[in-house]
Amino acid sequence: MTVLDPDRASMTRLAHLDALEAHAMFVMREVAAERERPVVLFSGGKDSVVLLHLAAKAFAPGRFPFAVMHVDTGHNFAEAIDFRDRRVAELGAELVVASVQDSIDSGRVADPGPGGSRNRLQSVTLLDAIAEHRFDACFGGARRDEDKARAKERILSLRDEFGQWEPRNQRPELWRLYNGRVRPGEHLRVFPISDWTERDVWEYIAREGLELPSLYYSHQREVVERDGMLLAVNEWVVPGPGETPRVETVRYRTVGDASCTGAVRSTAATPAEVLAEIQVSILTERGATRADDRFSEAAMEDRKREGYF
Amino acid sequence: MGDILDPDVLDADTDLLRFATIGSVDDGKSTLIGRLLHDAKGLLQDQLDAVAASSARRGHEGLDLSLVTDGLRAEREQGITIDVAYRYFATPRRTFIVGDNPGHAQYTRNMATGASTAEVAVVLVDARNGLTTQTRRHVTVAALLGIRQFAVCVNKMDLVDWSEERFDQVVAEILRIAEQLGIDTITPIPLSALHGDNVVDRSGSTPWYSGPTLLEYLETVDPAPVGDHTGGRLPVQLVVREPGEGRPIRRYAGMVHGGPLRPGDPITVLPSGQTTTVAEILVGADPVEVAPPGLSVTVSLTDDLDVIRGDVLAAPEPPMVTREVEATLCWFTEQPFRPGDRWLVKHGTRVERAIAREVVSRLDIEALAHEEDAGELAFNDIGVVRLATAGPLAVDTYDADRVLGSFVVIDERTDHTVGAGMIRAWS
Repeated sequence: MTVLDPDRASMTRLAHLDALEAHAMFVMREVAAERERPVVLFSGGKDSVVLLHLAAKAFAPGRFPFAVMHVDTGHNFAEAIDFRDRRVAELGAELVVASVQDSIDSGRVADPGPGGSRNRLQSVTLLDAIAEHRFDACFGGARRDEDKARAKERILSLRDEFGQWEPRNQRPELWRLYNGRVRPGEHLRVFPISDWTERDVWEYIAREGLELPSLYYSHQREVVERDGMLLAVNEWVVPGPGETPRVETVRYRTVGDASCTGAVRSTAATPAEVLAEIQVSILTERGATRADDRFSEAAMEDRKREGYF
Repeated sequence: MGDILDPDVLDADTDLLRFATIGSVDDGKSTLIGRLLHDAKGLLQDQLDAVAASSARRGHEGLDLSLVTDGLRAEREQGITIDVAYRYFATPRRTFIVGDNPGHAQYTRNMATGASTAEVAVVLVDARNGLTTQTRRHVTVAALLGIRQFAVCVNKMDLVDWSEERFDQVVAEILRIAEQLGIDTITPIPLSALHGDNVVDRSGSTPWYSGPTLLEYLETVDPAPVGDHTGGRLPVQLVVREPGEGRPIRRYAGMVHGGPLRPGDPITVLPSGQTTTVAEILVGADPVEVAPPGLSVTVSLTDDLDVIRGDVLAAPEPPMVTREVEATLCWFTEQPFRPGDRWLVKHGTRVERAIAREVVSRLDIEALAHEEDAGELAFNDIGVVRLATAGPLAVDTYDADRVLGSFVVIDERTDHTVGAGMIRAWS
């Protein structure tokens, strides 16, 4: 789809969404030029859907020169996995699945047991996969508006061989002059859509006509209310004493680990309806739906120091 | 970060303003951003709850709005800002990206990071103290980086009894510096970030002030267009080969700046100097009739030339090709910049080896005067230097072209970015 409105094209300032898109494409091209083995992280979630679309657009009419990697917690929504496989096949990309279950089976991490979140375990699986495949740059769909620690991170974020982020000693990142150099063992985490907000992502999905897993739109699902969140009843979320499962009309604002990602009550069935809904939401995306970000005020920073995305 | 709850914001044509807050530590930058977001209703309930809980844990009465942006443990522990935090909010008139910058001298490199992409600077000054050396340093760096629009927020006015006289004194001080730095658009605003006076809502305590509130200023300021002082240019990022029958078409991917590019435009390929014409411009896989500055495109040429990453496609009046530049350099690392030292320079999409030839002068931040014979630049110094590069660069002055007028210096031993340069001249 051609996005440029001819009436706008003569202007010297690009409209907001065009500027965000152009910048993300620029970042992906710089990293592709300066790094040997980049990979795009793709979970089937909306941010990574946008990221894959931007990658395809940045290298069109050629094919984008990256593998696609999913760090699979094993606690997935089936809709997200089906969508992941379909989308990767459409793009003709190579899919690397890094499995947390494999990390558990090989003794690299301990299984938190039924009902426990595997979110933190992803860091080990991710770092092992980066080392195994010798990836030197990982594109991720993280956005600065998601979390206070994320708001501090550079577009190109250097990680040492332990995957650690050192927030007190980040590289200066001036203008659009990105320093894509790494030493052996180090890698970059690259965040092309750092400056996008949840609304920007949805506006872009609407404008570009991007398909998403059906989870993102209103549907009926059996849920329990736990700690103020609606969790889907499944093999990892088993109703406890006093919890009564009931069928509600819901959708997801983020698609993460099915053991800890909450749904929101919603009748929004299209991107436009979702946009209208988030305009009046009083909760942020993470606040509404992510149990594991509630642990402490520095939960994300602590996990990022461990190598988490 | 949340958004203002106004359906008009859905209009995709709202433009984007990037601004940076600068000033000394403890002048209230983080609190101001927190206040701006809070009063502009850019904070959502769970964020407010989190700030309220953190504030209570720290024994503060009410909301400590600096906790909205100080997101690192070390920042919360010390109550200072270490690195830039980016925040997002929107009003019906504009979408904003805010860089909340650290005030400590130690973190000037982070402040420069935040200011390099900003169009407007919001300078905070404590009404009681006036301008500190650190504020001068920040205003100087922001001015050198090309920011021409400055809102000067004279903060903590409640602590000087809303004195118009004190406000005028601080403004006079600012105007003296602005004159020295060649800044001609200063908008002083008396306010209290803590209490919210003149941030979003007009204050009843400043009847003598008739100017805009900070939000009114930000919604209406006309940022000087960046980099449109030249013709269209495209530093080549990548060569994209279109697969298919016969000879592959080679296309050149990059971001346009300086002016629009159109199919049919004559261009020069630099540094080789070959001339040709733009054949087709694509965004993604779709052709466009015009590519305005800021657009990421893929261009094909009518002639089959040898073009690689690092080359520049330029409309008539192309930049200069040189191996020796004079530049204003901000130096970010403990190891000094000394004549004879070797570095890497990233300029546009090209990386070249460079030798430091000379430190022409060093800026005395206090006096805003250039000292000659400084010999070297130390950590956080700003000076004028001469550099020679191993290969030719297509350069322009920073004033004319932010993209081809700027470079960063990289230390090959550590791979860190250690300096930021703005080209003044070449030989």
